Amino acid sequence: MANMSLEKNKMPAQSPEERIKNFSEVALGYTEEQAIDEAKRCLNCKNKPCVTGCPVQIDIPAFIAEVAEGRFEEAYKIITKSSSLPAVCGRVCPQETQCESKCVRGAKGEPVAIGRLERFVADRHNSLAEISTEKPASNGHKAAVIGSGPSSLTCAGDLAKKGYDVTVFEALHVAGGVLSYGIPEFRLPKSIVQREIEGLKALGVKIETNTVVGKTVSIDELMDEEGFESVFIGSGAGLPRFMNIPGENLNGVYSTNEFLTRINLMKAYKSDSTTPINAGTKAVIVGGGNVAMDAARCAKRLGADVTIVYRRTEKELPARAEEIEHTKEEGIKFEFLTNPVEITASENGWAKSVICQKMELSEPDASGRAKPVPIEGAFVEIEADCVIMSIGTSPNPLIKSTTEGLAAQSWGGIIADENGLTSREGVYAGGDAVTGAATVILAMGAGKKAAAAMDEYMKNK
Amino acid sequence: MFEILEKKNLNPFVTLMKIKAPRVAKKAEPGQFIILRTDSEGERIPLTIADYDRSEGSVTIIFQIVGATTEKLNRLNKGDCLHDFVGPLGKATETEGLKKVAVIGGGVGCAIAFPVAKKLHEMGVEVHSIVGFRNKDLVILEDEFRTASSRFMLMSDDGSAGEKGLVTDALRKLVESGEKYDRVITIGPLIMMKFVCQLTKEYNIPTVASMNPVMIDGTGMCGGCRLTVGGKTKFACIDGPEFDGHLIDFDEAMARSSSYKAFERKAHEDTCNLFKGVK
Repeated sequence: MANMSLEKNKMPAQSPEERIKNFSEVALGYTEEQAIDEAKRCLNCKNKPCVTGCPVQIDIPAFIAEVAEGRFEEAYKIITKSSSLPAVCGRVCPQETQCESKCVRGAKGEPVAIGRLERFVADRHNSLAEISTEKPASNGHKAAVIGSGPSSLTCAGDLAKKGYDVTVFEALHVAGGVLSYGIPEFRLPKSIVQREIEGLKALGVKIETNTVVGKTVSIDELMDEEGFESVFIGSGAGLPRFMNIPGENLNGVYSTNEFLTRINLMKAYKSDSTTPINAGTKAVIVGGGNVAMDAARCAKRLGADVTIVYRRTEKELPARAEEIEHTKEEGIKFEFLTNPVEITASENGWAKSVICQKMELSEPDASGRAKPVPIEGAFVEIEADCVIMSIGTSPNPLIKSTTEGLAAQSWGGIIADENGLTSREGVYAGGDAVTGAATVILAMGAGKKAAAAMDEYMKNK
Repeated sequence: MFEILEKKNLNPFVTLMKIKAPRVAKKAEPGQFIILRTDSEGERIPLTIADYDRSEGSVTIIFQIVGATTEKLNRLNKGDCLHDFVGPLGKATETEGLKKVAVIGGGVGCAIAFPVAKKLHEMGVEVHSIVGFRNKDLVILEDEFRTASSRFMLMSDDGSAGEKGLVTDALRKLVESGEKYDRVITIGPLIMMKFVCQLTKEYNIPTVASMNPVMIDGTGMCGGCRLTVGGKTKFACIDGPEFDGHLIDFDEAMARSSSYKAFERKAHEDTCNLFKGVK
């Protein structure tokens, strides 16, 4: 008999008062009982609307049916047929706009907590199972994957499972891309990311960190001199944008990439870290996406009084609902319809305040969202000794500029067809490097498609 | 892991290390830099490439012991390994079309200026080198510079080595005596480069300065190394590290370079305390 409760089982979580003092994970995960109870809310619809909302088409009702019966490993097998990073996606996917938005139960009451169930299944598996050391038989072909974020890890995993000799090239000293340097520990523990990477290594994937493709080695050299038959570019969108306003180069002003990298990759939040960070006493975060919420919540944990400044209204915030809710619970303030025009300096050259133009909404712009326009003469000054610019990122031009014949959009995105094929034979691309900054799951979907196309290409070569 | 093939103390505060890094050595050019970490918990520090040997697969770095990481680095010896070593990063020094160049180095910046002077010399460019140090104990690479330069001037603040005075005094003298340069290349402390650039602007000599700001990834991702050049924000790691010295906002660069001074001082003291008794 289905559980007809209109509400999801609540996610156990650290209380806001407690969690703003640490960097440990906020959401604690379902217990077995909670997972089974939640799974029983699923009506197991024949036409599976939820699956149409999943970029990698996980057979959601099938895995939930196994959870309802307490067969958690069976559930895990079903998920991993389609997704290679379930512990990650269960945490960071925007389920409310994907699978859960299509759930029939959502018509009246809350949809089934698909994301929380996915996380439960993956975590339970990871806590029990050893990483399998079975290596697929080699097929004798060599493929290179550039970058080690979600699209690259997915592509590398799929190719390795088919027997390809795969090498992943990562510019930083740690693999994982945005999962390692960008998303904070309290939202995605780094041990989970590392476990996924260990899993790939067990499949035979080689990971070369400290290798900047475009500088240390070029795509042409990989293909012509090192014998890689096909290359996947999953180099992400890592170039930070600034507003180009006066005072932006003052001390205490960060790109959100720098701020988060210092904290997540370099562990600046730990007292014994060799990397400094300055979240100030009053921090202003500019922007309204998930990354802005991450930066705000990090600054809060480092002891700052935090305000998020966003030029539209709450309704237009691009961040996930759950992230916004968590951010608010942690006592972070929002200033809507507010747009920085200048950062003022203290006598010693540090940021002192942010002067903002008040805005109002007018007609929708090209993005379909109401366009914010300045209210003449209306300004506010917000005190801040730390200012974090979180207004988006663009693809890094390094690979485009060092790979002859690789076509790209004027804004930097690499041009690729629906299977990820670029303008260069044998060279595929996917994820943020193609689309501009998007989600983990879309990047994974692209990595998956490209892996299938690369398989076809190398087999028939 | 990247093995230390050779270690040499150039003076009590400056050390040379040759590191096994074949991929980096294969691509390295003068003017470019690397980023290293000494251990799995270390910070990432950028250091400009002082030399490279493609056949041996080695890259030479020269560093001054100024903070916690360089202190730790200096404790390592031949046969030890660096945890991470990535590069070559940044753009190489532009040398095309040059006929006569003044290379001006200050302090440990001379370690970076030298490979530039050497490359120019090998290309047949007439190189005049001016190097400055606080005193004779800090002088490095004197013989190397002499070999790579048709004119060489050594300056020191206290007159204990070469002539007493600043590198700008020497440069002014050369220019006033009728030397004509198509370019001045300057590498050293920000304050020195600022005054070199002021002087060359007076004489209208195109000048390039090599910047070494705070940096994390070195690939354009963090923006921590940004500086203002000709009113525009540039990233030293991908747009540089060399820029038109007459357009650099040196005052802003100096303010930015002091962001973490207090933290760095404390970290250095802590590291030194840690090593006490370890020797």
